[in-house]
Amino acid sequence: MNLNKILKNIFLVLAASLVLTACATQKKTGQTQGDVYTGTDSVEYLASGVKDRVFFATNETVLTTASRDTLRKQAGWLRKNSKINVVLEGHADERGTREYNLALGERRANAAKDYLMTYGISSNRISVISYGKERPVDSGSTPLSWSKNRRSVTIKAN
Amino acid sequence: MLLRYLFILLILLPIKVYALIEVDITRGNLSPLPIAISPLSIDEQSKESFKKIIKKKNIGSEISNIVENNLKQSGLFNPLNKDAFLQKPDIANLKPRFEDWNLIKAQALVTGKVTFVDEKLRVEFRLWDVLAGKEMLALAFTTVPSNWRRVGHIITDKVYERLTGEKGYFDTRIIYVAEEGPKIKRIKKLAIMDQDGFNNKFLTLGNELVLTPRFNPTNQMVTYLSYFRNLPRVYLLDIETGMQEVVGDFPGMTFAPRFSPDGKKIIMSFAKDGNSDIYTMDLENRVVERITNHPSIDTSPSYSPDGKYICFNSDRSGYQQIYVMDSNGKNVKRISFGNGLYGTPVWSPRGDLIAFTRLRKGKFYIGVMRTDGTGERLLTENFYQEAPSWSPNGRVLIFYRETKTNSKGEGFSAKLWSIDLTGYNEKLVETETDASDPSWSSLLSN
Repeated sequence: MNLNKILKNIFLVLAASLVLTACATQKKTGQTQGDVYTGTDSVEYLASGVKDRVFFATNETVLTTASRDTLRKQAGWLRKNSKINVVLEGHADERGTREYNLALGERRANAAKDYLMTYGISSNRISVISYGKERPVDSGSTPLSWSKNRRSVTIKAN
Repeated sequence: MLLRYLFILLILLPIKVYALIEVDITRGNLSPLPIAISPLSIDEQSKESFKKIIKKKNIGSEISNIVENNLKQSGLFNPLNKDAFLQKPDIANLKPRFEDWNLIKAQALVTGKVTFVDEKLRVEFRLWDVLAGKEMLALAFTTVPSNWRRVGHIITDKVYERLTGEKGYFDTRIIYVAEEGPKIKRIKKLAIMDQDGFNNKFLTLGNELVLTPRFNPTNQMVTYLSYFRNLPRVYLLDIETGMQEVVGDFPGMTFAPRFSPDGKKIIMSFAKDGNSDIYTMDLENRVVERITNHPSIDTSPSYSPDGKYICFNSDRSGYQQIYVMDSNGKNVKRISFGNGLYGTPVWSPRGDLIAFTRLRKGKFYIGVMRTDGTGERLLTENFYQEAPSWSPNGRVLIFYRETKTNSKGEGFSAKLWSIDLTGYNEKLVETETDASDPSWSSLLSN
């Protein structure tokens, strides 16, 4: 019984310290969550308050909450500017084989496209291109650089 | 083009069946065979004639240097220092004094002669078994002088084949992507060179992104991915005429092309609406056939040399793994099961192995496994490397490697490397510029 209590206490302390270290590391970089980039220094803007890109976790094509928020803003802006068409450029980081990354970039851009379409943007206003790992924005060989490169960027086509 | 002018004229003597010396090719380069390459002898008049045409002082020594370099690079031979040779090239070619060659520990000897005949280059050469005191091989051929480097490669192929029992891979070319400029704004061009790095030629100007060129195993056609007009599509290029054409009429991205072993089809991925599947296109009747139909990413297909099977890369299990299926897409079987990710499977021209790239714990490996996935061997580990391509005899792999950049994001480079199937003899393949995505041609002669 006593032992149980001690173990429980140890567990609580461990859990607490894990939370603390997690906070500490996040504070330290402040630019990724999981390994999805959350910073702004590589981001550009389609219009005031409308970010042009969304970021992905390694090997993932799932849109994060923040990404969905960005894409909803893009959709809103596109609805107001109905003459503007866009190209979605899908990208991967350098830590994958070239051909698979081409497919992955295509899938990422299409994830963004599907989301824009659910918010009322017609598919014929959106074209998609994958660059795989061919067009990084950050030439570093660090997890932070890679997180900036795993992206789908919405670009005005006209 | 070159091929047309190059023909073997006569075989001087039949090849003898027995040989005392033999290169052990199963153990890699642990004990490379000591071989003496005597400079090809040449008369003064021929020397002068060639000097005018190809601007080389002594074409005989130049050709033997090519042979020497090739054999050395293979890792299976140890070409001996010429300073130690006692016999003059012309006399050695008539009748070697085997005691002399034995003295410097040569086990095999190559001798020969070059002459200028009717504006052509005539070469004869002999391979001798020094221990047995016998001739093993004698050949002569005539070609245009500008083919002199190929003559060196063909001699190497013959010597290699006679001593190892395997076909050579020296009279071949490598097509690759030449790279320049900063990492975030890389300029890429198709380039081609001889297997030893000479005769480098750029095939595109760098105006559009080009990737993954691959040779047709039966001729001088190449298939590759080009971003011409920002539409990533598979193209076909005839490197003799420079003619290019897009392959098929697909509404989305086509990529990861390779030829079938008979050279008549292209197999590739087609990506649309976030899904990549594998298709083939018959180059004669242009019929397109769908091979895989799966919501996962299916890419990097490569045929077995008999054309009956296809290995490919898919993430249908959740992550990138290697699969094998019948050439009609039936009987899909996963063959890679180790930790981490597997990509770029390429079937060996011998048929028994599949080379691949593996990512495990942040490192990239080039490896081989049997076609059922057993017997996996990782040959080399690095920060980043991928895309192995087989030499036509299935003996050597060429691939590319990228460096890690420093804290400022500087110091990026991409280079070609080769490694023997055994994991020995890893070597940088020198290129004029940075390079990636190498593909090895078939033997140009025979």
